[in-house]
Amino acid sequence: MKPGEVDLGTTIMAVQFKDGVIVGADSRTTTGSYIANRVTDKLTSVHDRIFCCRSGSAADTQAIADIVHYYLQMFTVEQGKPPQVHTAASLFQELVYSNKDKLSAGIIVAGIDKVDGPSVWSIPLGGSLHKQPFAIGGSGSTYIYGYCDAAFKNGMSKEEAIAFTKNAVSLAMSRDGSSGGVIRLAVITNDGVERIFVPGDQLPEFWQG
Amino acid sequence: MSSIGTGYDLSASTYSPDGRVFQVEYAHKAVDNSGTCIGIRAKDGVVLAVEKLVHSKLLVPGSNKRIMTADMHVGVATAGLVADGRYLVNRARDEAKGYRDNYKSPIPGNVIAERVAQYVQAYTLYSYVRPFGISALIATYDKSGPALYGIEPSGVYYGYYGTAIGKGKQVAKTELEKLKLSELSVEEAVKHAARIIYTVHDEVKDKDFELELSWICERSGGVHQFVPKDLADEAEQAAKASLQEEMDED
Repeated sequence: MKPGEVDLGTTIMAVQFKDGVIVGADSRTTTGSYIANRVTDKLTSVHDRIFCCRSGSAADTQAIADIVHYYLQMFTVEQGKPPQVHTAASLFQELVYSNKDKLSAGIIVAGIDKVDGPSVWSIPLGGSLHKQPFAIGGSGSTYIYGYCDAAFKNGMSKEEAIAFTKNAVSLAMSRDGSSGGVIRLAVITNDGVERIFVPGDQLPEFWQG
Repeated sequence: MSSIGTGYDLSASTYSPDGRVFQVEYAHKAVDNSGTCIGIRAKDGVVLAVEKLVHSKLLVPGSNKRIMTADMHVGVATAGLVADGRYLVNRARDEAKGYRDNYKSPIPGNVIAERVAQYVQAYTLYSYVRPFGISALIATYDKSGPALYGIEPSGVYYGYYGTAIGKGKQVAKTELEKLKLSELSVEEAVKHAARIIYTVHDEVKDKDFELELSWICERSGGVHQFVPKDLADEAEQAAKASLQEEMDED
């Protein structure tokens, strides 16, 4: 990170469930130890039914998401049909990999399309692409690998998936100094996108000592 | 329906008073004087067949094929100036590869047809290039199934269940109209394509020809390939036999 650069410290997460995907994130943006934004929206739409979760440099991830958003718009207009999630993820990968020495961006792409249904794709720092049933990222994710591995089940219902995501992000926020604030979720299904806001005083509570 | 475009036909960037671009129309003539190509979109695949006229006994059989592959799932047959055909297929290959690089996905049929058609159209705009002297049949097979597109020298293109280009296209299209194309299996389509090529071939004017047959279908694993020898030979024998029958009828 360059001096003065804004960091999405972060906990981000995406989970594939029966009828769609859930994306979730904390809301803390830091410059050093100062919290520049405590209500950040790290869940960015790149198409009607495709979202990305941003971690790493705020500037880098915003720029990349804007470019992919543009490409997906052109794709839709030129080809007359919405792009697959896989296509969006590949565009992110191409940008991150080709510019890996300049960028600091960890991105999770998730959405639903007609061909493959719901899917989650993880693109860590180097620009590799990983399709996974669920993905976690950002500095806070290191604290919840155990919890996620233990609690995840394939083909969860919407309510179960929401609870899983909320709990995981909450646990990460309570241990990671770079993650905090509120929890933002987005539920993406064929019927549309439902945004959920969990204020700081309504976070799931666990053992605090 | 020929007419002389004296004065208005010297370059593609000139309209005639009745709104025609003669250079493009002349390009069509190059296509109409070439060996026939047929495309059939069947239920489960697409077939391309070419009447490759052989103008010398010195030529190695099977060389200078007119059916080419632009990607695993895209086949192209051209009628007209062979060199132009090669050049256009090269462009199609670049488009297909470029699409894969960008989107990590095989290029859909309708997309490659449009890209190639736009490219052909571009050559009808300027005086310092000449229009492509070919019509192309593009056969594709992707997630949405089989598709067949025909592109003309003007750059106009359509999706077809069955079509023909070249010398014998009128006779061939008449034959194709007799078939229920959307109900044919790809094996039946191969037989019909071979038969129709033999039907349109003019024994008097053009002595020797080679029949090129290719397909993309479920059976070929979605890959564009020349029809397997046994099926191709069978189709060719049946074609010759039916021609014999036709001649014997009185």
